[in-house]
Amino acid sequence: MLSYYFSLALHSLKRNRVLTALMVLAIALGIGASMTTLTVLHVLSGDPLPGRSGSLYYPQIDPRDMNDYGPNVEPPDQLAWTDGMYLLKAKRASRQALMTEGMVPLQPTESNVDPFQTSALYTTADFFPMFGVPFQFGQGWNANEDEGKARVAVISASLNDKLFGGGNSVGKELRLQETSFRIVGVLGDWHPNPHFYQLYMGSYASDEDVYVPLSTSRDLKMEHDGSTDCWGNTGGDQDNLERVNCTWLQFWVQLDKPADVEAYKSFLTHYSQDQHAMGRFERPPNVRLRNVMQWLDYQHVVPSDARLQTWLSVGFLVVCLVNTVGLMLSKFMRRSAELGVRRALGASQRALFGQLLMESGVIGLAGGTGGLLLAMLGLWLVRQQPAGYASLAHMDVSMLLATFTLAVLASLLAGVLPAWRACRITPALQLKAN
Amino acid sequence: MQIRPIITALRRHRLATLLIAMEIALACAVLCNACFLIMGREQRMKLNSGVDESSLAIVQLTGFDNAMARDLNARMLSGLAAIDRVQSVSVINTVPFGPQAGANGMSLDPAMKQINAVIDFYLGGPSSFQSLGLKLVAGRLPQASDYVSLSNVLPSSAQVWITRSLADHLWPGADPLGKEFWSGGHYRVAGVLEHLAIAQPGSRGQYSVDWSVFVPAQPGPFLTGSYLLRARPQDISHVLRDVRAAVAKVAPDTVLDMDDSKTISEFRYAYFENDRAMARVLVGVIAALLLVTALGIVGLASFWVQQRRKQIGIRRAIGATRGDILRYFQTENFLIVTMGIVFGVLLAYALNVMLMKAYEVTHLPAAYVATSAIVLWLLGQLAVLGPALRAAAVPPVVATRSV
Repeated sequence: MLSYYFSLALHSLKRNRVLTALMVLAIALGIGASMTTLTVLHVLSGDPLPGRSGSLYYPQIDPRDMNDYGPNVEPPDQLAWTDGMYLLKAKRASRQALMTEGMVPLQPTESNVDPFQTSALYTTADFFPMFGVPFQFGQGWNANEDEGKARVAVISASLNDKLFGGGNSVGKELRLQETSFRIVGVLGDWHPNPHFYQLYMGSYASDEDVYVPLSTSRDLKMEHDGSTDCWGNTGGDQDNLERVNCTWLQFWVQLDKPADVEAYKSFLTHYSQDQHAMGRFERPPNVRLRNVMQWLDYQHVVPSDARLQTWLSVGFLVVCLVNTVGLMLSKFMRRSAELGVRRALGASQRALFGQLLMESGVIGLAGGTGGLLLAMLGLWLVRQQPAGYASLAHMDVSMLLATFTLAVLASLLAGVLPAWRACRITPALQLKAN
Repeated sequence: MQIRPIITALRRHRLATLLIAMEIALACAVLCNACFLIMGREQRMKLNSGVDESSLAIVQLTGFDNAMARDLNARMLSGLAAIDRVQSVSVINTVPFGPQAGANGMSLDPAMKQINAVIDFYLGGPSSFQSLGLKLVAGRLPQASDYVSLSNVLPSSAQVWITRSLADHLWPGADPLGKEFWSGGHYRVAGVLEHLAIAQPGSRGQYSVDWSVFVPAQPGPFLTGSYLLRARPQDISHVLRDVRAAVAKVAPDTVLDMDDSKTISEFRYAYFENDRAMARVLVGVIAALLLVTALGIVGLASFWVQQRRKQIGIRRAIGATRGDILRYFQTENFLIVTMGIVFGVLLAYALNVMLMKAYEVTHLPAAYVATSAIVLWLLGQLAVLGPALRAAAVPPVVATRSV
């Protein structure tokens, strides 16, 4: 039955090539535009660490003074040194890492490469196992090396390619800020997007090239970039960040069970209470504990332009669909005579309805194929754009399937009303008219 | 032209008429708002930074020891000034559209209980005020004695030059000269500038794009590594090209940050790249939208012409001219589009209210609605012209044939 409807649909579509082409084009344009923007949105709002992100949490506490205090004020986005070190050393989570970012001058040992600036993450030992960072060679450093301010570094695969031609560089020397570091590990494929653990240097495609212990970076007064938010009047001297009233560190913890999350939250509250009682925190306890996806949502990581574009293209798709409804209506109504004959020969209204819907479905499939090609073109155009996330805009299997599903569903939806109108004809009247 | 028979005919095709009108309405709503968004972006890109962008460039160094700052500044100032065709060199912390630096909360009371504004502090060494080309609207120019030395990121007290926009925000209606405010220190207003955009204009909202303060400061450990070059607009890119060699000669122990050493025009171009991209996308959406709408009208009008061949033949046979038939379809189209526009205007304002909630968008001006209406009327007439001409070409003899 279905194959008969299918051949009928093809036959009828061939008869009215212009009208068919117009419908397919409308669906293709609408689907192409919406799938382009939806794919961008899908890539941007993706989970950076699937399977792991649910148990990673970002603790926030509020150490500020009473200026600008009010109900429902969010605690600062980062931690001060004192609090960060306390939470790190307390080890109340199964793993925890404190981090911040900066640019360091790198002086290659080969004299044929000019010294250059490279982005670095200053962090602590648990960073690598907690985020499941893959290693090509070697491994991360351990807690003793954190304690001992060891001159060790982990480098990215791309820096390893640039400096050592992709070979095993573990044990080799790396000169950062005129100081010699020993390479202990080379990362594998590590490009979490969004760059969730450190959003200050760009949310997308902003991987660091060098990782060194936080204690070492402070010992060598390595440059700290990103945001430093201060209160009171201690100033924000970059060389004295340990002592000033500023938040500038990010802290992540791994909490595996829901009970652990509750326990950690009350630990943060107790710590805030103690600090409040001691007079260091002027504000009453104000803590938050968000997981990766909640944190990304709270930080509005997805650019508002991407959302606006998605809404625009969905609006465009609706216009295209209304257009297709109109065209299908005219196409189906033109076939009154043919449908009248079929009714008179015994086809039920349901059968006619099914046949007409099949025709819309075929249009949807053709439109989906066109839409897919247009979406590919659209994504290529997006990749030519300057935004940091542009290079990530690629179609994946789920979006490919979604394209066809959306196209067929949309065209079926567009076909329902015209098909219903067309199959309600009175056969006798049509036969007489002819 | 009689409208009554057309309306009667449209009543018989209520569904199709309604669909086309709805399509026009949606197109109208999206068109108005998309045009409005484009103009908003254009407006943003026209931002007046208050400095002579085309003749300025900034050179940034890193990887030096802060203890050597005084010596480095002296070497760099003389080294850069020696480059051919450079007009002036000065030390400055950042420039409009350059890297973020010196943003701080400020208050009108010494205890800083309430923050009145978050502003950008431009710290500039001798001659930077003149190099930037800042326009003074009140007060005096900075003098040699105004350049304070820094013992922290911001000076503990200084004479400062603020923008008119910031002055209006802090002291509406009052003369800002001589007024005081507090931030990292205690500051007194010595002059008012026409414009000086913050380093990342728009990053703290559209109202604060011009909330900057210029502080004359002596180069030293807290103001070093970033140099403002001035040359004639046609020379500036040549000058910047020669900087690499000059830095290699006078400060070989430092790293020249090529990413952040650019002309201000280049910084500006890069800064608005996203706005330009967004405007391009919006133009694309508008073009596609108009195309689809036109195709829809063509499709449906062709269908109606074909359906009414016999009626057209009869009308022609009883005396209607080709012009009458043509005008019939044109008037019909005008009526449908008008209906669509009426709904479209309501929809456009509804969409505008939704956009205002989520984005920095103001009320949709009526001019956009009027322009969109005219565009859609013209589009409708253009789209229907082909089918209408085909209708007008139907010979009267059709009336005598049975189809």
